[in-house]
Amino acid sequence: MKNFMKEINVFKVDRRSFLKTSSIGATGLLLGVQFGCDSKKLFGDPNANFSPNVYLNINGTGEVSIIAHRSEMGTGIRTSLPLIVADELEADWSKVKIVQAVADKKYGDQNTDGSYSVRMFYTPLRRAGAAARMLLEQAAANEWQVDVSECKAQNHEVVHSSGKAFGFGYLAEKAALLEVPAEDAIKLKSPADFKYITKKSSICDLEDIVTGKAGFGLDTKIAGAKIAVVQRPPVAGGSVKSFNGDAAAAVPGVTNVVKLESTPFPAGFASPLGGVAVIADNTWSALKGREALTIEWDNGPHADYSTAEFEAEMMANANKKGNVRREQGEVANALKSSTNVIKADYRVPHLSHSPMETPCAVANFKDGKVEVWAPVQDPQTTRAAVAAAAGLDEENVTINVTLLGGAFGRKSKPDFVVEAVLLSRENGTPIKLLWTREDDLRHDYYHSNCAQHVEVALDKSNNISAWLHRSVLPSIFGTASPAKEASGLEISMGMIDLPYNTGSICCETQEAPTKIRVGWLRSVANINHTFAVGCTLDEVAESRGVDPPQNLLDLLGEDRQIDFPSLAAEFWNYNEEVADYPWDTGRFRNVIEQVRDQSKWGKSMPAGGGMGIAAHRSFLTYVACVVEVQVTDGKIKIPNVYYTIDCGVAVNPDRIKSQFEGGAAFASSLALKSEITVKNGVVQQSNFDDYLVARITDAPYNTEVQIVDSNEKPTGVGEPPVPPFIPALCNAIYAATGQRIRKLPIEIV
Amino acid sequence: MASFNLRINGKSETVDVDPAMPLLWVIRDFIWLTGTKFGCGISQCGACTIHMDGNPVQSCVMPVSAFEGKEITTIEGISENNDHPVQLAWIEEQVPQCGYCQSGQIMTAVALLDRNPNPSEDEIDKVMDSVLCRCGTYHRIKKAILKASKS
Ligand code: FES
Ligand code: FES
Repeated sequence: MKNFMKEINVFKVDRRSFLKTSSIGATGLLLGVQFGCDSKKLFGDPNANFSPNVYLNINGTGEVSIIAHRSEMGTGIRTSLPLIVADELEADWSKVKIVQAVADKKYGDQNTDGSYSVRMFYTPLRRAGAAARMLLEQAAANEWQVDVSECKAQNHEVVHSSGKAFGFGYLAEKAALLEVPAEDAIKLKSPADFKYITKKSSICDLEDIVTGKAGFGLDTKIAGAKIAVVQRPPVAGGSVKSFNGDAAAAVPGVTNVVKLESTPFPAGFASPLGGVAVIADNTWSALKGREALTIEWDNGPHADYSTAEFEAEMMANANKKGNVRREQGEVANALKSSTNVIKADYRVPHLSHSPMETPCAVANFKDGKVEVWAPVQDPQTTRAAVAAAAGLDEENVTINVTLLGGAFGRKSKPDFVVEAVLLSRENGTPIKLLWTREDDLRHDYYHSNCAQHVEVALDKSNNISAWLHRSVLPSIFGTASPAKEASGLEISMGMIDLPYNTGSICCETQEAPTKIRVGWLRSVANINHTFAVGCTLDEVAESRGVDPPQNLLDLLGEDRQIDFPSLAAEFWNYNEEVADYPWDTGRFRNVIEQVRDQSKWGKSMPAGGGMGIAAHRSFLTYVACVVEVQVTDGKIKIPNVYYTIDCGVAVNPDRIKSQFEGGAAFASSLALKSEITVKNGVVQQSNFDDYLVARITDAPYNTEVQIVDSNEKPTGVGEPPVPPFIPALCNAIYAATGQRIRKLPIEIV
Repeated sequence: MASFNLRINGKSETVDVDPAMPLLWVIRDFIWLTGTKFGCGISQCGACTIHMDGNPVQSCVMPVSAFEGKEITTIEGISENNDHPVQLAWIEEQVPQCGYCQSGQIMTAVALLDRNPNPSEDEIDKVMDSVLCRCGTYHRIKKAILKASKS
């Protein structure tokens, strides 16, 4: 895979052309930074835009505007990215305004997904800030007629060695007349001089949030808007056969009942499910109206989908020889000749994202144009999907990104926005579309359920001689194409990327059709694979008679960089070249050793208590996790969680910590509570009374996060907390109770 | 339809709505106070928590007719200058992630501290268990409540 990060170009922007589509930058210095990286390009879409930009403006009053082009969904990204620019620029953070970008190709890749925002934009944003700083210094030097080496930007002004100073506002217009420094002349700050990067800083939306003023998806006020709710086909891929909307239309406040077309399965990641919409003056009338609908459904081809049978069949298949995806050595022989073989089956159910804010959107279709306000992770895909569905040119589609009330992958799919747009066009008014919690839980893009079988042989000298791992799951890609087997991406998340010395290894998969909408959920297939691998390694430790952290270190062997592409051709390095982001067992070893010490591994625990450890690299970040449990009368409490992480430069440490605290809570939902089941194609759960998620008393009481000091390139932090937490918890439960956990959600028997 | 005279955040508001309409939709759709959030509609998540005469209630299930003659307080009404001790503690502990659940968390915490200015951790757990946060800010919520209780 080619590296798309090599060229970074900072340039002055032609202000007139920019202003046509933007609200910032009436005066002063306007810089763009262009760099070639785009997730779609990386995923191989040749039509993807290839000249992305980020914008930075300093106006005559000294106000700095940075266009934050990523979606805020709780990770603090709307703060972290501008922070990088502000630091290089020597700007006063209180004078930095953040403007949320609308969907536009001029911002390049806006997809906030896959834990890669900071990773991709770190260097380009630093260069933009540094170039602006140098221009301001040069402008001041020209004013004073001194050499630029005597001028230094600091805290929003340029100061001469004699002590005199000009503010950024005064210099902005003058700087705009100068040539941008050549690429190789741009001087970045030394990390030792960072003021904001690696330091604690508040998220920019904090005050609005605690006062109720923060604008989420449905908080946009728009005159004449009607409220819509949709009754969707109960089975994915089904459609409306016939319906009667008379009773609905008779509900006071209901103004329209509209049929929405369904797209046959596999319908992709952007198509709405179809159904019947009820449009009303207010939400309550819309909900009442929907209850009054009579609909006869055509359930389509997936009415036979029942998870009980499907998962049993996946499990049976995982116990048969499958298609080999990684193989070294003779696993079958080594298994046969060993007298000490560990064997186990692991099961994970479908899971739902269920962000606290359900999918929702506001759309105003008028005079051949549409404007949208919605909580979307991927504004450009949304724009393209809306344009395609409404038959418009993208120019006539404006996507305003609101705050996201959580997303976890759900809001990377724009199906709900398309619904709002189609209804606005049909109804001739602005539409606010609400998904109820029932809609959300029954019509999600679920996490793949999964069945796994693991066999590990130990030889006479107490080393692993064979590692057999089979995974069967319906692929995410089956939602968009007839794909039937786990993709290279999915098996690179915790399966074929096994870093331990195992003598021989064989990783296999098998077909499993995708019979419901399946999508990305925070950390994706890592959830499944790390559960099985992390629990198996604990059994290996026991069998070897070695303390679990030491077991991981023994199996890891000496520090080295593993050349995974040569071991498994399909290895996927989270869209990065292995040369740039190698799989470094030294960094992995370090986090394991440190978490062992941080957690005081081996300390005495009260009766019913236990500790467990697991470690995993995902989204290029190395994470080791120790969980402490207390099991009393079958009830699990998690008093402490310890993480040591190596994510390269820690741009915004407090937000990294909060992602890990939250990641542990999210993972405790998955481990302890949540399960989606399907019967005859219909999801059986409907709300938080039967799809359970962690409450304050279920989540870890205390999560301690230790970040390894590093000057390496920053890597993802949104998803990496989740995978190792689950096996660490299971291993702690084993230590506390002697019960091995092989199925999620955990049940203590 | 019926006309209701409501007292919200110290002001009078008259609305003409179905008496069965949950207060949540009245305040969001008719009075345009959007700080109160929808999360489940069945009294399971606490996102819609407001105060009725100082007591926390889940506005997604309480009909507007139950609020006549009562004092309603929403997140927009707990302080004049955004400086309620709970809000300040929330900022200090950097509690929110996405922020969506936080109105409900704060309203529940404010009512808790009004009744019990020095709650134990167990008492905090018991009350705050009614409010879900999918981002998992629970640990900081507890820290912020303990901090606010001391101020
Ligand atoms: S929306 Fe009222 S409790 Fe969930
Ligand atoms: S902060 Fe996102 S749901 Fe609580």
